[in-house]
Amino acid sequence: MSSITSQIGQPERRLSSPDEPIVTFKDVEIAFEQPVLEGISFHLLPGETKILLGAAGTGKTLILKLVLGLIKPDGGSITVLGEEVTGMREQDLFELRRKIGMVFQESALFDSLTVEENVAYRLIEETGRITDEIHARVLEALRFVELEHTVNLFPSELSGGMRRRVAIARAIITHPEVLLYDSPTGGLDPVTSNTIIELVVKQRDVYQTSSLLVTHRLQDAFTMASHYFDREQNKMVPVADGPVRDLRTTFLILRDGRFIFEGTATELLRCSDPYIREYLS
Amino acid sequence: MPIFSPTEIAKENVQAVQDYSLLAGRSLSNLFGQPRYYADTLLQADLIGVGSLPIVVLIGLFTGAVLALQTSSTLQQFGSLSLTGKLVALSMVRELGPVLTGILVAGRNSSGMASELGSMKVTEQIDAMRAMGVDPTKKLVTPRVIATVVMQFFLSIISDLVGLTGGFLISYFLLGLDPNQYWTTAYQSLRFGDVFMGLSKPVVFGFILATIGCYYGITAKGGTQGVGRATTQAVVAASVLIVVSDFFITKLLMAFFNY
Repeated sequence: MSSITSQIGQPERRLSSPDEPIVTFKDVEIAFEQPVLEGISFHLLPGETKILLGAAGTGKTLILKLVLGLIKPDGGSITVLGEEVTGMREQDLFELRRKIGMVFQESALFDSLTVEENVAYRLIEETGRITDEIHARVLEALRFVELEHTVNLFPSELSGGMRRRVAIARAIITHPEVLLYDSPTGGLDPVTSNTIIELVVKQRDVYQTSSLLVTHRLQDAFTMASHYFDREQNKMVPVADGPVRDLRTTFLILRDGRFIFEGTATELLRCSDPYIREYLS
Repeated sequence: MPIFSPTEIAKENVQAVQDYSLLAGRSLSNLFGQPRYYADTLLQADLIGVGSLPIVVLIGLFTGAVLALQTSSTLQQFGSLSLTGKLVALSMVRELGPVLTGILVAGRNSSGMASELGSMKVTEQIDAMRAMGVDPTKKLVTPRVIATVVMQFFLSIISDLVGLTGGFLISYFLLGLDPNQYWTTAYQSLRFGDVFMGLSKPVVFGFILATIGCYYGITAKGGTQGVGRATTQAVVAASVLIVVSDFFITKLLMAFFNY
């Protein structure tokens, strides 16, 4: 008997090479009355994390929605997990989306379902009910975000930070090949934000999942670029305190519909562009 | 800068009709594909059918009663009081039962669907559903459409029956008609065409009020205010479409059955 883990948990990679990009944007453009994104191009490689920065309204969330095919671009091409999504029908996109995890800005948990039903949503879709195996996987995902005790609660009974953590658990339960985080720390206090970022770093370093992360908080972005998750200590520690390692975390900065910067944290700090200097200050 | 552009308004309306048609079409084509959400359909059938039963019974009963009461004085002038049963039966079965039930269910359930789906839309729950590879039209729309069509059919039958009972109560207790006379004239007056008309209308009305409720919900935007607006628009649009489509169905079936 095939287990649900083999059916859903570990989707087969369609990529021919480990260096083949997971996500590719090529000259993508989209306008809503006026242009929002113009000539956007970038690659997201396996195991890589890209942090999207930029002022409000520059189209950062839009890029995540374009990856998922929730919105179609006016021009250009978007390839996700080897498939060109711009021309795909909605029906065909559903299959692809099952391999992508998304954490929405306001969590977007189903308010009439319990935490367990929320986290297990994708798995219940396959089986129609919560089996013992699904329950175990829900507990595993909730343990990852340290919220095992909330399994029978409703989203309305959770704090904002807890809701974000449940949303992360929901996104990772099927071990997706790509994770998209839309301002996971937006509107949270610094302590809770740090907890969320630690979970994102944990996911990056433990499962090596490729991810795109949108954030307004520079502090979160630099924390991600300067820390790694130490499994022995079970916490996030600064790179400076550990062995030399490549965190494969880079920055993209959007301005007026275009990327004005792509590079590492060090390159960003050395950048002399006046707008970026002002943005960082 | 103009306050409004007629071209933009026309475009928006054409777009809305197109989107509604696509959604209505998808809600039907989903019947032939997987997955099927039986549990959601049963839950909706319970909410729509059982939940609407008390008001449908109440309104049906008093509509039949007032119909008998209002027409009795006119019928009495022509010495045809014995035809009260026939008049109530034809009016209820062909017209008032399906239309009143349709408008009641629209007020109760189209608004409920629009507000529920609208809230899900503005809190990104529908986007989350799509992002997790679940088709919202299959999960949310089709179960509501199936449940409403089936329940609307049976609610209309119940409405007809209690309407006839309401007419009977007035005829027997206030007008002093013989019970046998009332029920016999009521029964004998109904032809196949009347029953067919009375049973086909609820199916169309159920489809209209469910798809309209879901359409306004799934396209809601603008936060809680937008949800409120979608709810109101859903009830208004569903009620108007029920009455307008009632005219065309009646005309079509009258021509078909040679009335």
